[in-house]
Amino acid sequence: MSHGEMTVEEVKKHVKKYYVVFGALLCLTVITVGISYLHLPIFQAVLLGMAVASLKGGLVAAYFMHLIDEKKIIYSMLWLTVVLFAFCMLIPLFTLHGYK
Amino acid sequence: MSHDSHNHTHEHAHSHESHELPFWRKYIFSTDHKVIGLQYGITAIFFLLFGFGLMLLMRWQLAFPKQAIPLIGKLFTEDGVLSPELYNQFGAMHGTIMVFLGVVPLAVGAFGNYLLPLQVGAQDMAFPKLNMMSYWVYFIGGVIMLLSFMTPNGAAASGWTSYPPLSVITNPGTDFWEAMLTGQSMWLLGMVFLITSSLLGSVNTIVTAIQLRVKGLSFMRWPVLVWAQVTTAFLLLLAFPPLEAAGILQLMDRVGGTSFFMPSGLVVSGEAWKASGGGNPILWQHLFWFLAHPEVYVLILPAVGIIGEIIAVNTRKPLYGYKTLIYSILFLGFMSFIVWAHHMFMTGMGVTMSTFFQATTMIISVPSVIILTTYLLTLWGASIRYTVAMLFATAFLPMFAIGGLTGLPLGLTASDIHLHDTYYVIGHFHYVVAPGTLFALMAGVYHWYPKITGRFMNDTLGKIHFWLSVISINGIFMPMFFLGMAGVSRRLYDQTVYAHGVAAQPLNVVMSVSAWILALAQLPFLYNMATSWKWGKKAESNNPWGGTTLEWAASSPPPHENFTTPVEVFRAPYEYSSTKKHLPQFVQEA
Amino acid sequence: MSVIIPYIDEPHPVTGVTNAKLGIWLFLASEVMLFGALFSTLIIMRTSAVDWPAHGSDVLNVPLATLNTVFLITSSVTIVLSWAALKMKDLKKFKLNMGLTILLSFGFLVIKYIEYTSKFHHGHFPSTSTFYAVYFTLTGLHGLHVVGGIITNLYLLGPGSKMWEKEPERFTGRIECAGLYWHFVDLVWIFLFPALYLL
Repeated sequence: MSHGEMTVEEVKKHVKKYYVVFGALLCLTVITVGISYLHLPIFQAVLLGMAVASLKGGLVAAYFMHLIDEKKIIYSMLWLTVVLFAFCMLIPLFTLHGYK
Repeated sequence: MSHDSHNHTHEHAHSHESHELPFWRKYIFSTDHKVIGLQYGITAIFFLLFGFGLMLLMRWQLAFPKQAIPLIGKLFTEDGVLSPELYNQFGAMHGTIMVFLGVVPLAVGAFGNYLLPLQVGAQDMAFPKLNMMSYWVYFIGGVIMLLSFMTPNGAAASGWTSYPPLSVITNPGTDFWEAMLTGQSMWLLGMVFLITSSLLGSVNTIVTAIQLRVKGLSFMRWPVLVWAQVTTAFLLLLAFPPLEAAGILQLMDRVGGTSFFMPSGLVVSGEAWKASGGGNPILWQHLFWFLAHPEVYVLILPAVGIIGEIIAVNTRKPLYGYKTLIYSILFLGFMSFIVWAHHMFMTGMGVTMSTFFQATTMIISVPSVIILTTYLLTLWGASIRYTVAMLFATAFLPMFAIGGLTGLPLGLTASDIHLHDTYYVIGHFHYVVAPGTLFALMAGVYHWYPKITGRFMNDTLGKIHFWLSVISINGIFMPMFFLGMAGVSRRLYDQTVYAHGVAAQPLNVVMSVSAWILALAQLPFLYNMATSWKWGKKAESNNPWGGTTLEWAASSPPPHENFTTPVEVFRAPYEYSSTKKHLPQFVQEA
Repeated sequence: MSVIIPYIDEPHPVTGVTNAKLGIWLFLASEVMLFGALFSTLIIMRTSAVDWPAHGSDVLNVPLATLNTVFLITSSVTIVLSWAALKMKDLKKFKLNMGLTILLSFGFLVIKYIEYTSKFHHGHFPSTSTFYAVYFTLTGLHGLHVVGGIITNLYLLGPGSKMWEKEPERFTGRIECAGLYWHFVDLVWIFLFPALYLL
């Protein structure tokens, strides 16, 4: 049982984790802004920028939203969403493909 | 039978609670899923009649082009002839109202709300206040749609699909309020409300079905209607948001002067369109159909569920291949997300993309056929009891089959190029939705009426309603296939301006007369629904049809808390047998 | 009235979650699709726009936006701390952290307001170019989500917190759900920030 009956000790452990993640997020924010001042070519810039953003988003989802230790039903629902989200993100490809 | 004893406890409990809530809390801002279900039902039926009425007026113009509408024509225009502008508005609003304000709220809002908690043995939806909000947000959306008719230039007139640039350049307005108070802008705003409402509803449906299941009701014991409603809720939940986004973007295009969907270098009536340009009209089509294709399955899946229940009860046989049926419904739901671009074969897609969507479209027809086959095989060898509900259910099967099979030529790129945007398409999807879904919903009304009111609907009136409807509805939609194959475009105000249209014009008269007969055929239905509430034959038992699912364990009508004694589920949903008495889910002894 | 809805404070034995938690995740799933469509739009606009600034930083205020990022990330931490405080049965600490969360989110809106007004001042409106159209629409919708979060959190800090006395489990669950929503708002910004300001 992840959050139902947590002891005070366990909660304190969690709190420590939150601070670590907080530090990591701040560092990554500095990094992502820093990268933008390098004025990389667009392809590398997008790749790097989105990689850092995904890392940050992953940290938030995993630790703050507790997705690292969640119930099966939530995972299965989110997998479905991820697949459909992927299709949604293919729309640009479909849209622009027609012109070629 | 244990469920008969519920009645007494119910009446006892009822006398305690009847004075607790004032009228407006009990019937208007109610949190009771049954009251909300009825609110949805009544509002949706109003909108269905309204949308149907628009079409009846359009059908006069189609049958007798440019002749004044008798009696009521003067209400709309000075000379009584339906003007092209009004024709376009009515066309766009007919589609919108029927789909978003009529069929979906009736199938999902009314049947889902009323039956789903009963069928899983819950006392109410998981979030009753959210449920109430969902209805009122839908109501506001509906009012906005109706008010759009009052704006200076009338309602939205760019089809229910609202393709830009047409939808953006129609009545653009010069400042914010002028642009906002136009049919198209209000259409978009109304859609945002309707989408929000269905999001609230679908969250509620899924949580209720999964969390509030009564003891013993494992997933594979869910009645088929519950499966259908949950799948539908997932479609609404995940497919609607892209349209919400697209709606907001188009609203920005209309009132904010942006150009998300407006290409560069657009010239409108000889003048360059004043916007920054650089937008992409195809993007709207992708976002729109990303919703609107799953929407088709939102329309059909609850109907499939309802038909399953009715067929099982009236054949008194277990549904053939229950598991196969459920997996088909799930697969259908999933696949419906990846077929959307088959609506766009003609609007500029590369060959690779077309081939991909053609393949997925062919795949999705497989589970549809499986569903139909399981129902047909359930009928096989049964001694069928033809109640009015069962008449509608049996009619549903061939009607839905015609709708489905005529879809195949539209899913193949080669044949779609000929048929696209003709009356053939109209015929195809109306066969799915009108004699398909609407027949199923009518069947549902007849079937669950005794549960909702404690009284039966009149059988004779029901049969008159059925036979007139089934004949006239085919008179409307069957000729559409011929009209379409003759090349008549779906959006023509007057097809006789073309030579090929003149030859096919007599078909339009047949269709219009059939439509008016269909309208008359609904009168006994409405009369029946209204009067049986009070004067119908009393249903002596809580389970007049011998159903096996949990809603029949509740008394009729169910009290506020649905089940006065705890219910439990002991077996799969459709345990009928030819040798023994049928075994409801909620009865323990074998 | 005797309508009983189970699993509002204790998790369902089979699914292991409460109604509200399943509900909020379903809602977030639909939000994912909403922003998915908007990001799709962003990509299309960017690839086919007539003129798009080479770097967002040429036209937008990166330092202010970075500050905003820090605000949102910090508020994400404080809201999860407020939940942890309730888990440790410490209502005072909960109120402190929740109050901080709300302050930080107000800070976010103030900075957003400064950014918007300076853009309007220079005559940059959504209709100016596709870039500004995307910028205003996406940040505007995100801003509306922030406003929604503030209203919810204010309620939970104020009148809503009375629930703690009678139904502590249920209240903790509510804070968890509010937190999940707030993290999601943060998450969207984490992607919006580089996409609009940095690339």
